[in-house]
Amino acid sequence: MKQPKITLWLLMAVLAFTSPVFADEKSEKEGLRIAKERKARDRGWENTVAEMTMILRNAQGQEAERKMRVKTLEVQDDGDKALTVFDSPRDVSGTAFLSFSHAQEPDEQWIYLPALKRVKRIASRNKSGPFMGSEFAFEDMTSFEVGKFTYDYLREDVYQGDKVYVIEQTPQDEFSGYSKQIVWIDQSEYRVRKVEFFDRKGDALKTLEFKDYKLYEDKFWRPLRSFMYNQQTQKSTELVTHTLSFGEDLEESDFDNNSLRRAR
Amino acid sequence: MTTTVYGGHAKLVSNAINLSLVGLALTATSAFAEVDVAGSSGIETRYFLQDPAYEGQERAQMSLFVEPEIYTDWNEGSDSLLFKPFARFDEQDDERTHYDIRELQWLHIGETWESRVGISKVFWGQTESLHLVDIINQTDMVESIDGEDKLGQPMINLNTYGDWGRFSAYVLPYFRERTFPGLEGRLRPPLPILDDNVRYESDDEERHVDYALRWQNSIGDWEVGLSYFDGTTREPEVNLTVNPETASIYIESYYAQIEQVGVDLLKVQGSWLLKFEGIYRSGQSEDFTAAVAGFERTTVGVLGTSHDLGVLMEYQYDERENNYFATGQNDLMVGLRWIWNDIDGTEVLTGFIQDLDDTQTYNAFIEASSRMTDNWRWKVDGYFFSSDDPDDTYFVMRRDDHIQVSLEYFF
Repeated sequence: MKQPKITLWLLMAVLAFTSPVFADEKSEKEGLRIAKERKARDRGWENTVAEMTMILRNAQGQEAERKMRVKTLEVQDDGDKALTVFDSPRDVSGTAFLSFSHAQEPDEQWIYLPALKRVKRIASRNKSGPFMGSEFAFEDMTSFEVGKFTYDYLREDVYQGDKVYVIEQTPQDEFSGYSKQIVWIDQSEYRVRKVEFFDRKGDALKTLEFKDYKLYEDKFWRPLRSFMYNQQTQKSTELVTHTLSFGEDLEESDFDNNSLRRAR
Repeated sequence: MTTTVYGGHAKLVSNAINLSLVGLALTATSAFAEVDVAGSSGIETRYFLQDPAYEGQERAQMSLFVEPEIYTDWNEGSDSLLFKPFARFDEQDDERTHYDIRELQWLHIGETWESRVGISKVFWGQTESLHLVDIINQTDMVESIDGEDKLGQPMINLNTYGDWGRFSAYVLPYFRERTFPGLEGRLRPPLPILDDNVRYESDDEERHVDYALRWQNSIGDWEVGLSYFDGTTREPEVNLTVNPETASIYIESYYAQIEQVGVDLLKVQGSWLLKFEGIYRSGQSEDFTAAVAGFERTTVGVLGTSHDLGVLMEYQYDERENNYFATGQNDLMVGLRWIWNDIDGTEVLTGFIQDLDDTQTYNAFIEASSRMTDNWRWKVDGYFFSSDDPDDTYFVMRRDDHIQVSLEYFF
């Protein structure tokens, strides 16, 4: 009597796996085109300096703020470099985080602990871990590089009144915390408006929305608010940019072990 | 047997040169510069689980500390000044009531170099259970038993850097003696190691000028460091000594002139961090090598939570047979680092160090902390010691198992 039940389950499982539209060569090409265009529209910004607040909220509504300053350096033909210095809460004030994103190889990361004057290397494979207790994972904080994903164009849609492309991107790194991401990109400016993250099991995990886009240098769009919501834990993190400036006097040497040691 | 006893009781660094230099810089810039004041202070209680082994010790101990930090910079940040005094007031132990200038440093940043002049703090190395290579700053042994608290070190430090890494040179014009618990303090041998029973190999005593060099670089998945030190050892040799005139017995600290070469390595291997530190030191009563090697492997999101769990294991080797400070002769440390990734920044680190030559000798620790508000943080630390070998360091501390609860205020 058990036989029919198993076949029913099997049938359901087969259905579950086959129901999404399979990627074909055409939709992959279109997905890649959109990703490349997204990257191309954000080239040549060289470097930025930003003051930000990260607001963390847990399921009980408890809220906490982290104030930080972020310097970023554009690296041609590879991932960008970023140095984040925390100003609050006071017990982590002076803690600095340095990351080198790479398009193909694993990212490189270091953290500086001011009380011990110690620079610690972080195992880059642990990219799915939370960034400073937030809902952003380390991998969400590194720069977008075309080579990090494979793409599939899903559909056209309208998001908050704007025409958007909806594409699916699959991380190439097997140590990513995600099985896939669905990305809403507007057709006029190729700005990412929304991202849905799916965990390794394929379940919906988080939603990221970018808001208050502002144009800098007549060329570069930056969201002043990013809102990450974790559907599985009901925790959320909001990233607010207070000031952002381009074309600062920054170079490679501002993003190394030494800059980390004297960051404050 | 030695009878020379120096009364060098230099608690506060009498570093007039540094003070006046900083004073000059301050008056020259105070008209323009903005001064940041931050820091921390706290209250700490220690409770010892067993009755004391030696007379004069108590089971409970309370203390207060304050560590402000005053910072200013000018020349668009190319020059900065940092002043970080420290004071602790201990209810029981006069030696633990102490003051120090942790930092009083003028930093100047050039294009491919930087200089640090004053009293400063430097950390070298990669491993967790021992810090063999780290030699510039003296250990503040009354502060904590883990050896991670350091005294400020007067120095002139020049760093240059490029694609080839970072090269650092240090001139260290003044020596700081290690601090130890006094007669009324716990965590000490039967006779306290008092700072008036100190002898130096160099006739210049604490004024001997030490030198150090270090090269450090990140090469792909590797962190590589090579270091050299020439000067007064930071780790004294302690000898039981008799004063023939009074026939009294005391412990004498002897600070030899040493040379030390060190290597420290770290390799990122997926989720693994492989760590190594090794030293060769000559000049003390025996020349020796010591090393520590191990790994840390972190799993993120354990059991469907957002917690990280790191497993640490390190093997400690030291060629020296009998030395009060060389506890890791043939020892294995296993540890767990548990990070909650919560809003309060809750962290727990726990470890167990087993002597592989003597099953009865081991020690264990737990260090936990979490934030209560943006300014307050609690900490609970526990340290446990066991040994039945009277020659072992942990034998003299076998009844000093204790729990330490502290509340820290950050301003």
